[in-house]
Amino acid sequence: MSDLLPEMKPMTALGGDSPRADTHGPVTLTEVTHLALASVQARLGAEEACRKRLSDLLESDAPGVSELVMHDPEASFWIGPDQWMIGAPHDSHEDLAVQLTTRFGETASITEQNDAWAVFDLRGEVAPVMELLCPINIRKMAVHTVQRTAIDHLSCFVTRRATDHLRILGPRSSAGSLHHALVTAMKSAH
Amino acid sequence: MTQKNRLDGGQVNRAQQLNFTFDGKSYQGYEGDTLASALLANGVRLMGRSFKYHRPRGPLTAGSEEPNAIVELRTGARKEPNTRATTAELFDGLIAQSQNRWPTLAFDAMAINDKLSNFFAAGFYYKTFMWPAAFWEKVYEPIIRKAAGLGTLSLEPDPDSYDKGFLHCDLLIIGAGPAGLIAALTAGRAGAEVIVADEDFVLGGRLNSETFAVADQDGAEWAANTIAELSSLSNVRLMSRTTVLGAFDHGIYGALERVSDHLPVPPKNKPRQILWRIYCKQAIIAAGAIERPIAFENNDRPGIMLASAMRSYANRWAVTPAQRITIFTNNDDGHRTAADLHAKGVLIKAVIDTRTHAPKSDDYEIIAGATVTDTKGRLGLERVDVTDAQGKVRMLSCGALGVSGGWNPNVHLASHQRGRPSWNDQILAFRPSETLPRGMSAAGAAAGVFSTHGALDSGISVAVKALEAIGIKANAPALPRAEDATINITPFWHVEGATRAWLDQQNDVTVKDVKLAYQENFKSVEHLKRYTTLGMATDQGKTSNMGGLAIMAELAGKSIPEVGTTIFRPPYTPTAIGAFAGRSRDENFRPVRKTPSHAWAEEQGAVFVEVGMWLRAQWFPRPGEAHWRQSVDREVLQTRKSVGICDVTTLGKIDVQGTDAAPFLNKIYCNPFAKVPVGTVRYGLMLREDGIVMDDGTAARLAEDHFVVTTTTANAVSVYRHMEFVRQCLFPDLDVQLISTTEAWAQYSVAGPNARKLLQKVIDQEHDISNEAFPYMACGEISVGGIRARLFRISFSGELAYEIAVPTRYGDALVRRLMAAGEEFDAVVYGTEALSVMRIEKGHVAGNELNGTTTALNLGMGRMVNKKKDSIGSTLSEREGLNTDDALKLVGLRPVDLANPLPAGSHLMTKGDPVDAAHDQGYVTSACYSPHLGHHIALGYLKRGDTRMGEVIRLVSPLTGVDHDVEVVSAHFIDPEGERLRV
Repeated sequence: MSDLLPEMKPMTALGGDSPRADTHGPVTLTEVTHLALASVQARLGAEEACRKRLSDLLESDAPGVSELVMHDPEASFWIGPDQWMIGAPHDSHEDLAVQLTTRFGETASITEQNDAWAVFDLRGEVAPVMELLCPINIRKMAVHTVQRTAIDHLSCFVTRRATDHLRILGPRSSAGSLHHALVTAMKSAH
Repeated sequence: MTQKNRLDGGQVNRAQQLNFTFDGKSYQGYEGDTLASALLANGVRLMGRSFKYHRPRGPLTAGSEEPNAIVELRTGARKEPNTRATTAELFDGLIAQSQNRWPTLAFDAMAINDKLSNFFAAGFYYKTFMWPAAFWEKVYEPIIRKAAGLGTLSLEPDPDSYDKGFLHCDLLIIGAGPAGLIAALTAGRAGAEVIVADEDFVLGGRLNSETFAVADQDGAEWAANTIAELSSLSNVRLMSRTTVLGAFDHGIYGALERVSDHLPVPPKNKPRQILWRIYCKQAIIAAGAIERPIAFENNDRPGIMLASAMRSYANRWAVTPAQRITIFTNNDDGHRTAADLHAKGVLIKAVIDTRTHAPKSDDYEIIAGATVTDTKGRLGLERVDVTDAQGKVRMLSCGALGVSGGWNPNVHLASHQRGRPSWNDQILAFRPSETLPRGMSAAGAAAGVFSTHGALDSGISVAVKALEAIGIKANAPALPRAEDATINITPFWHVEGATRAWLDQQNDVTVKDVKLAYQENFKSVEHLKRYTTLGMATDQGKTSNMGGLAIMAELAGKSIPEVGTTIFRPPYTPTAIGAFAGRSRDENFRPVRKTPSHAWAEEQGAVFVEVGMWLRAQWFPRPGEAHWRQSVDREVLQTRKSVGICDVTTLGKIDVQGTDAAPFLNKIYCNPFAKVPVGTVRYGLMLREDGIVMDDGTAARLAEDHFVVTTTTANAVSVYRHMEFVRQCLFPDLDVQLISTTEAWAQYSVAGPNARKLLQKVIDQEHDISNEAFPYMACGEISVGGIRARLFRISFSGELAYEIAVPTRYGDALVRRLMAAGEEFDAVVYGTEALSVMRIEKGHVAGNELNGTTTALNLGMGRMVNKKKDSIGSTLSEREGLNTDDALKLVGLRPVDLANPLPAGSHLMTKGDPVDAAHDQGYVTSACYSPHLGHHIALGYLKRGDTRMGEVIRLVSPLTGVDHDVEVVSAHFIDPEGERLRV
């Protein structure tokens, strides 16, 4: 009977069928919808073991304070003491939290974060835009680092994937407000 | 009209003529002009009327310190009152109006105040409008406001936008005069990240206003060349039209950039202004100095201005305020103005120097040891009366008088953090002292170093030192050769015997007012300021405060530093409120949170309500429903009859994991949580440390080491913060991890007798949710259309009910699926109003009851506070004062006359008792019309309420005239035994 009911079609954070893209001058803002996310928090006393599992996963040291480790298919950034966010392609890792729970075993608490965030990629001449949005010292922000900051009163993560590429994660329920703030700043700065 | 007072030279672009109007009359100026310079070029000296006496006024200065030439710019919604003509950049089509006059600037009826000045002395308001007291609001205040208003608002929304921004640097240099520019050069060449901010639209400071040479170049040319080099350095950011407004803690400075004020309309999508927050490791105040006037009889006529301003107008803007000029000075600097204007071909009638040993001149007369004792000219200066050393009075016919009383270093920013400037006898002025904020230093005239050579030298040395403090080694650039005149000044603040000599021209404070304040014992400098309003106008007394201090010092027989200065506070210059608001206005005042069903709810025509930042559907009107109650009643009745669906995503969801998750929650909740079976949900009551109820909600145990805690919508953040505090600070030895997942899951309540049937159609068939397999308070992971989901059998409405959650991206699809599946049951969607009605009918508490003053005992849940364990708030909930015999208890209330409403907030009184606070028995917290019962019902707190069932009491609201009899009943109006939940 349920076959006759509307299918479980996903909606993007901005309410569309497909990711939204906005270009203004030398900057482009793209909604990122292909990302699965999960948080990893080390269990008490298992911090080293957890870090080791994370290191194995990323084939690199676990991200230190304010660090981002790019890796395929899983990437990770630091979100707090013994806490990390892990991202992977949604198509292949929609059950990322389940996969990680298996992988980390008793060393960590894993929580699905797929849809907790509205995610945007800002590419191009990003510095003048970000200067209108948040107190991050954006011109000095190194590639492969992350900062937590407030944009339009919203708590966001800003990760620098490349000199001209930022990924911004903000609360999903305020995707529209965050998008408005970003686009407004793009138009104002350029 | 021709620009009859335009001189040769200057920095205006004569190829670009600009048309503008002032009070409806058309004029021409040039690119590079300010409104003031262009008006002076056209022979217009009269630009405004003073605040109190409506005296005719012209510009006193050529900068942001201007007290007099205050005008309205633009028209319509963009009209802006109280702008300074001396800083307003001229653009083609500028429309300017004078203000504070009626009917015209030349004939102002309110100038009668000037004739009545004896009645308007300092303290006039305090003495005159004291009685009768009732007159203040209705009579006096409206009259004063009408008489004293400065400019008018358009009363339309500001059509422009304002940005806020954040900048970082090693070194912030405030002011781009010689000291600032060479400091920037020093730091820029050393590779430091430098920001140079200057309020002017042309960088260079006084170099643009003087004729001095720097390194064998014209000063302005040296400035331009230096700016060109600085512009080529990627590590230097030059910000013109940017006023540093305030110095705040930890090297943070506020700065306002006027991005578009010099344009008729800001470009599309661009802000009018940007309020920058600048984080710097070091800052150099190189903000220069402001010349101060001398007070003498009738020293406020249009045409009387600071001698340095006159020099700026002549050298930078190629303008003279009149063709015949007199200078009045107590120092050498005044003579520079005479020399510069003479060189430009302007007739210098005389230089009046208060000193007997004044410099000589072959080009014009010097009257040494003399003072200006009066002036004449109704709408502009026509004559100056000079009393020479022998007491002989001479009358000099002239159109302008340049006054120089010495220079005050710009110590404002150095004093914003309560730094006290120190007095220097050589320059007779305050300058920044050792109390400078950490990381700040002063250079050039701002530090009291007035010569160009001194400014350049100090700019270099201060920059080198500032950089050294942050580990950057800088090489001093070659010091350019420049003038190095010594300061020759004799103290002279006001001319004796003057009765109407203005100190604060904007607020009309005279020497006499200061004397009166002293006489009436307002001797403290802070009292002097408030009593006379000296320095309280929009210019903040930049040209007037020193004069007031000097006179107070004379009267008190003290030195000026003993009298001291008032406190300096940001902002340095007037700042539009819009700049502080930034983009946070109107519909973007704050961000909005939308639920996953928002788009669908909009399609249904939902009426939304703000719940914190959330927008929640309040009710869903259907055709034919003219009143919200009709919609809400239908939603309630249909839910109780069949099934209703409500988006409850906004409830806080906190993921709690770890081997100690259960012991942790056992601390957080006052009722037992140590042994909650996996796959079940438990209602929990959370107390604050002081024993008052903090929040209530549920915790679902998904695994031995995994709970999902729900909170009320309002307390989602505060509960999470509380739990983090408990985890990190109170019980760091527990293995527990927390993270919010409120946003990650879309959650819907499906409530009503047909809830299970509906869900069975929606969820995947392999999940058994029969009453046996999935009883009341069960929880588990299921799937919907192959998508992972969570199901909780919990009920807020009192009906058979579930809450079903899917990842948020599928939330829209799920509500459509639920509604499609519900068609055969006539399922309704319901909003927060129906949700509220149903929970009141059921007697469930919410924010109204958990109001920060109530305990578990008040809620009738005293026994939930488990005494076999230690939980937060448990001990303090036992306080004697919280456990009295007459404690408030939650009860239900039913009107005796069923037609009566029961307004929330009403108070409860025992029948026969007087209606007063002493006899208050409690109050109504929540009330609604119950469509189920057909009358109004309410929940409330009543003293000993649990023992008063059936008693008829009074429900009163003296404020609104409500006085009904109500019966005390159980708070559970429907299904008190909870049978519906368990079917």
